[in-house]
Amino acid sequence: MQTQTQTVDVLVIGGGTAGPMAAVKAKEANPALKVLLLEKANVKRSGAISMGMDGLNNAIVPGHATPEQYVKEITIANDGIVNQKTVMAYAENSFAMIEELDRWGVKFEKDETGDYAMRKVHHMGTYVLPMPEGHDIKKVLYRRLKRARIEITNRLVATRLLLAEDGSIAGAMAFDCRSGDFHIIRAKAVILATGAAGRLGLPSSGYLFGTYENPTNAGDGYSMAYHAGAELSGIECFQINPLIKDYNGPACAYVTGPLGGYTANNKGERFIECDYWSGQMMMEFYRELEGGNGPVFLKLDHLAEETIQNIETILHSNERPSRGRFHEGRGTDYREQMVEMHISEIGLCSGHSASGVWVNEFAETTVKGLYAAGDLACVPHNYMLGAFVYGKIAGESAAAYCAQAPLAEVDEIQIATERERVWAPLSRPDGLPPLQVEYKLRRMVNDYLQPPKVTRKMEIGLQRFEEIRHDLDRLSASNPHELMRALEVHAIRDCAEMAARASLYRTESRWGLYHNRVDYPARNDEDWFVHVQLKKLNGEMHCFKRPIEPYIIELDEQEKTAYQKLRISKDALSNAREQDTLTSV
Amino acid sequence: MTSVPVRVNEDLCIAEKGCTVCVDVCPLDVLAIDIVKGKAFMKFDECWYCMPCEKDCPTGAVTVDIPYLLR
Repeated sequence: MQTQTQTVDVLVIGGGTAGPMAAVKAKEANPALKVLLLEKANVKRSGAISMGMDGLNNAIVPGHATPEQYVKEITIANDGIVNQKTVMAYAENSFAMIEELDRWGVKFEKDETGDYAMRKVHHMGTYVLPMPEGHDIKKVLYRRLKRARIEITNRLVATRLLLAEDGSIAGAMAFDCRSGDFHIIRAKAVILATGAAGRLGLPSSGYLFGTYENPTNAGDGYSMAYHAGAELSGIECFQINPLIKDYNGPACAYVTGPLGGYTANNKGERFIECDYWSGQMMMEFYRELEGGNGPVFLKLDHLAEETIQNIETILHSNERPSRGRFHEGRGTDYREQMVEMHISEIGLCSGHSASGVWVNEFAETTVKGLYAAGDLACVPHNYMLGAFVYGKIAGESAAAYCAQAPLAEVDEIQIATERERVWAPLSRPDGLPPLQVEYKLRRMVNDYLQPPKVTRKMEIGLQRFEEIRHDLDRLSASNPHELMRALEVHAIRDCAEMAARASLYRTESRWGLYHNRVDYPARNDEDWFVHVQLKKLNGEMHCFKRPIEPYIIELDEQEKTAYQKLRISKDALSNAREQDTLTSV
Repeated sequence: MTSVPVRVNEDLCIAEKGCTVCVDVCPLDVLAIDIVKGKAFMKFDECWYCMPCEKDCPTGAVTVDIPYLLR
């Protein structure tokens, strides 16, 4: 196994959604720059949108919504804990990005006059734009990468960022998951676009890779940013999704909702007003499951044949097309049966909730020269279109930064330390198998961190994660592929510890189920109307408060609680009683 | 031979002619070519049942099943 070194201007880590956009935009901003897109899998089919996407969840299209309305909606949906400037930077660039993707060849649904066919799914505004033919999106991106002459390396797993003496970025280190070669990439600027920490909780199926997120997204970027000294934010605002039970893919009420489908309890009745994913929606989902009215289902069996065929075409050819095969195996026909749903295991993902690497409206992290975009960058509820917009912002910011940034000297000690850590499992023939350590770690995440969050349980969890930290030094790998799994366990463990520490730090409840702390059941704005930040200080994980920047869009009093009232009102009384029982625990 | 989620029809697979499409597109890098047989196979049972291998195979040799634990 060899060590290879190369030097670029902008290094983009992650070739899924935000990454390719960042690479293209950096190059367009300054064609003289050497831009490298580094991918753990293969750019052609990598990331969350490997098989495309069935719709935009947050399209701000003139005539249907304004950026101001959107910023309000997300501020309220995320219980006030947002840096509105970052959400506004997304919102203002949202429509231009849709138009650009449209020109590139991405297909969005349009009405007979050629206007975008917008649908209402959110509680307040209209932001959903279906993409029934969105399966080719990766092909479109790949063509743009080729046209812009972006250099691509596949099958390189980034493990740590390289830092200059002053703490700014100097590049990154990676290894080849086929040859085991160690790679040093020197760069003036690095853009992290490595996606969610999607392999954190263990799916109830017990299959390690049966996750909602693409399981390649193991939280590598969260770990790399943390070890580089960057601030992370909102980690305690977990990602928990309402999914098809066992299959663990989205039930897609966003697709079916506008066509008449809805989330129902075991009586086939609606119990939530709005299917848009939020912590409050998940709380109602959880109550229904636990309250004797579960399981919860996606109900389509009342729809017309034509509508059901349309739904099947969209859902069985986009995003997670094996869904049709799963239903077939179980004998589930949308015409006859409701689709059983459940609550996912936890993950970290700002694309869906708010847990990520802290960025400002220029996609800058708190480490000089380090940018972040996509699911791992903390811009709440940012979804796929947010990944594209922040990819663009990150690419352009990084290109501008390169104009005045020198290439930092590399520190041989950092390289030697990391190479030793990366290669170590290959020279331990009798160690622990990575998949066993991963199974145990993720089972502990379920046991101790899955909400409702209990202080004592999370403390025990922390103790277990600390013990597993020592097990990392006993991991064994017999080939470079297994080595990739071993190094992923390091990242997953970091994310588990972050999830526990940030959750313990915020001593209130917020975001419905995402941060439902049994020992602190009430929301406490006086002490906790703040971001909870997490960073590495003197080698230790440290949490602290960061004030919320003054809002640029004020909220109306009656809007502030819109997302607190998601349960259908006929149940208002019993809901209030449940609330009492919960708070008296 | 144990049952794994990705099945390859060896009569249709043209890996011996140098095709590596399914191996290339897998996000988890779990497919490989058996050099002796000249056929693709699932080397690691670490599947997201995402289907690029099946969709992109030029001869329709690949089928993705839902992993047994989820079925």
